[in-house]
Amino acid sequence: MQILLGSLLNGLVYGMLLFMLASGLTLIFSMMGVLNFAHASIYMLGAYFAYDVSRYISFWAGLIIAPLACGLIGAAIEVWGLRRCHRSGHAAELLFTFGLVFIIQRLVMMIWGTLPVPYQVPGSLNFTLFALYGQNFPAYRGFMLLVSAGMLLSTWLVLKKTRIGLIIQAALTHPNMVAALGHDVPLVFTIVFAGGCALAGLAGVIGGNYFTTDSGMADALGPIVFVVVVFGGLGSLVGCFIASITMGLVQTFAVTANGSISSLFAPLGFDLGGDTLLGEILTLPIARIGPLLPYILMILILFFRPRGLMGTRDA
Amino acid sequence: MSDATRPRDSALIANRRRFQGLRAASPWLAVLAVAVLLPWLFYDYAHGRQNSFMISMFSQMGMMVIFALAFNMLMGEAGLMSFGHAAFFGFGGYCVAHFLNAAAEGDFPVPLELMPLAAGLSGLALAIVFGAMATKQRSTAFAMITFGIGQLMVTAALMFQHFFGGESGVSTDRQSAYSLLGINYAQGLEVYYLIVAWALIAALGMHYLTGTPLGRMANACRDNHERAQFMGYNPRMVRFLQFALSGFFAGVGGGLYAITYEIVTYDAVNLPLSGNALLMAYIGGVGTFTGPVLGAVLITAMQSGVSLMSNSWVIYVGVLFIIMVTFAPTGLTGIIKAHAPLARAGRLGRLVVPYLRLTSPGLMVVLGFVGLVEMLSFLTIGAAEGKRFNVLGLSPNLHASPPWLITAACLSIGAIWLRREARLFHRVWDTLMADLGPAGNR
Amino acid sequence: MTVPSIHLRDLRKNFGATEIIRGVTLDVAGGERHALIGPNGAGKTTLFDLISGRLPLTAGEIFLDGTRIDGLPPHRINRLGLSRSFQITSIFHRLSVFENIRCSLLWNRGFRYSFWHSLGRERSLNDEAGRVLEELNLSPRRNLQAGLLSYAEQRALEIGMTIAGGANVILLDEPTSGMSNTETEFAVALIRRVTQGKTLLMVEHDMQVVFNLADTISVLVYGQVIASGPPATIRANRAVQEAYLGALAA
Repeated sequence: MQILLGSLLNGLVYGMLLFMLASGLTLIFSMMGVLNFAHASIYMLGAYFAYDVSRYISFWAGLIIAPLACGLIGAAIEVWGLRRCHRSGHAAELLFTFGLVFIIQRLVMMIWGTLPVPYQVPGSLNFTLFALYGQNFPAYRGFMLLVSAGMLLSTWLVLKKTRIGLIIQAALTHPNMVAALGHDVPLVFTIVFAGGCALAGLAGVIGGNYFTTDSGMADALGPIVFVVVVFGGLGSLVGCFIASITMGLVQTFAVTANGSISSLFAPLGFDLGGDTLLGEILTLPIARIGPLLPYILMILILFFRPRGLMGTRDA
Repeated sequence: MSDATRPRDSALIANRRRFQGLRAASPWLAVLAVAVLLPWLFYDYAHGRQNSFMISMFSQMGMMVIFALAFNMLMGEAGLMSFGHAAFFGFGGYCVAHFLNAAAEGDFPVPLELMPLAAGLSGLALAIVFGAMATKQRSTAFAMITFGIGQLMVTAALMFQHFFGGESGVSTDRQSAYSLLGINYAQGLEVYYLIVAWALIAALGMHYLTGTPLGRMANACRDNHERAQFMGYNPRMVRFLQFALSGFFAGVGGGLYAITYEIVTYDAVNLPLSGNALLMAYIGGVGTFTGPVLGAVLITAMQSGVSLMSNSWVIYVGVLFIIMVTFAPTGLTGIIKAHAPLARAGRLGRLVVPYLRLTSPGLMVVLGFVGLVEMLSFLTIGAAEGKRFNVLGLSPNLHASPPWLITAACLSIGAIWLRREARLFHRVWDTLMADLGPAGNR
Repeated sequence: MTVPSIHLRDLRKNFGATEIIRGVTLDVAGGERHALIGPNGAGKTTLFDLISGRLPLTAGEIFLDGTRIDGLPPHRINRLGLSRSFQITSIFHRLSVFENIRCSLLWNRGFRYSFWHSLGRERSLNDEAGRVLEELNLSPRRNLQAGLLSYAEQRALEIGMTIAGGANVILLDEPTSGMSNTETEFAVALIRRVTQGKTLLMVEHDMQVVFNLADTISVLVYGQVIASGPPATIRANRAVQEAYLGALAA
């Protein structure tokens, strides 16, 4: 029971973090048709910025400064890079962001080195919030939940309740009409892209000391975020939310599950082991299949329902 | 068409056909000649042995040529971006490694020369399985599925001991298989020539495919898949077949990889390798057949050569890629082709001076950028490795400001100057092109 | 009684809550030249999309030469003998003009998905493609990239690609839109020539073209056919005059 509850909470925290990343990506893709491969790289930059700022000033300053910096970088990428690629089509934009991934990773290695940096939870948040059945729930995780929920709520408010949000929603599906009405659509695109990057940066600030901060963190999280975005459906934030939480829970629970596929069949009298690849797959404990799950899910969903769970447009 | 009834006419026509055939074959023969002679240009005549570094690089070029061409079957020919193509390359490699090990036990009596064919068939099999899933979609969804497939293969390769050998991969010995030609492939040069032979076969095959109904319909579906439907073609079937054939050729490349390095690990299915194919095809130019070949040769040379001198070649290649994507999406061959109308009209000479004017600011920008990157890299990575920073015999102190100011100035001044010259160049180019008329002829 | 080439039975199409096609029943006889006219937004192109399989039906049935075709994918419908052109020019812009035509001949000639035939060697195929080009007056443009053709030339190419495959039932969607008078004359002559003996269903706004070419005219207004018959009858029809023709009814 305690493991269940503990995993539930952990899965929730991880899922919210994924949602912070995936929501920005979904917004950018829905609006601009660009799948930003470099999104997880911005997340990584956010973590590293936060680390530097928290070293010289404080963690709380980093919470503000790092996302802002990431937003500015996003704006720069959009204005000087993506906008130029736009006329060559979506393929060019996709490739541009793909190239950015390698460059950003190398830059990070050059500036901060190849070893993980000691970006740590600030002392003020480093205590146990409560203990549940003998398992400690750190206050920092509660903080993460608070920040992600707060950020998402404000994003939702901005989109639904403000004028700029209305324009963004309209430009989501009818950019030309919105431009014809006199709005500066390229500026809207820049704002959305920068906003998405700022979100990713914020995710990096709070996630960087939850996980390790090193030059491989973008590679670790990036593919999962893609799977979430595709799974939840392009164009739908609600679908994205459901998918993020689901993925977070699935991955967390998979790690703690005991048994394997063959053990499911054992009571039926089948011996599915054996010294072959198939045998290895079937006897592999589910905990270790975890890393494969997101990709299998993504392939399945794209095959059966390319719209994802609740998407409003096909991928 | 009039009949050629007189004997002299038919002889003339036959001769003309033979001449056209020779003209078509001559680029292939020229490239083959270069490939065969290449190792001897770097032969160490003083010591009477081959330059193993260069042979290794040339071998890699050969494999990458095959891989990039196979990739372009999807990207350039069919308009499908595959982000996990290394899955088929690596799978071919893993299979050949196992085939060779089986040959050592006497269970798989296939000669080494035909092993790449076996690799191709393995790649084909995997591509059929995955292709059935992936080609249901087009465009971005297709790209995402192939990305997922690639990541799946990498994760599986790291995870499973059977077949993939987990983190340590699968080792093998190319001398386990007998040779049809009686060569024991102990020397790098012999393996290189095997690669050249297979690269030629693969390239010829892929080139032939472009002239077949499937190849043409792949182009058609790329341009307008709706229109293709109203010609009786199911675009999904076209995509699927093209994908399967592309997997075959990628597998061939992977088989050669296994034969050359005698070990296959998850690196052979990893994202950087898939990205490499993308890079090579794109930089070379996805719109032509020779583009990926050029890209493969160039990028391999850059990676081998520049990596000797600098840790940061990833950044240089990445920046080059981004610049190409932004300013020259047709790639190098596209740029060359764009000059063709001017060459035909004899106006190419007008561009000599504008190009010369671009070189100085261009050099400044490159030097400034390279300088900054190298200095930054040295401060963090190089210093930790205990190296000293040497350029042209000088050892500047990187903790003081002069070197930084100089390179930053070089970069910024060069950039501003380059922008001006680029604008002037564009003006000259546009004027020349406008003179030629809309279709690029008189 | 002979089976009509196209038989539409009570077709309905909704986009969400909006009804676009509200119960269309129509017959197009074999060999007939049938024009579909109506004000903008009447649903003419939607009707074409339904017949050619590009959009799914909400209700109703479509028969081609007696075979039910609604629900089939477009390529299946095409193989049964129906071909269409598009309102917005739809060609293979990166292939040469010659290649465009040649591709439309491939399936009918039995090449299917062959990856072993070398197209350069197929003499009769290439000759046929050359003939079609000649017919379209596009031979001088043979090796040009199709995307570089002038607008009228592209429309002519589109018509060529539609009929080259040997389909018996041709759907042309506003074939002369955007053309000058001379270009229209050429297009009309071309259409008359190449649809000889075939069934033609055509959407057109140019009334001269309609009355020139059509044996039968159907008028579509707000997703319903309000009149159908020979040109003289349509011209005299009061409802059609009110809804569409206006001062032209003379």
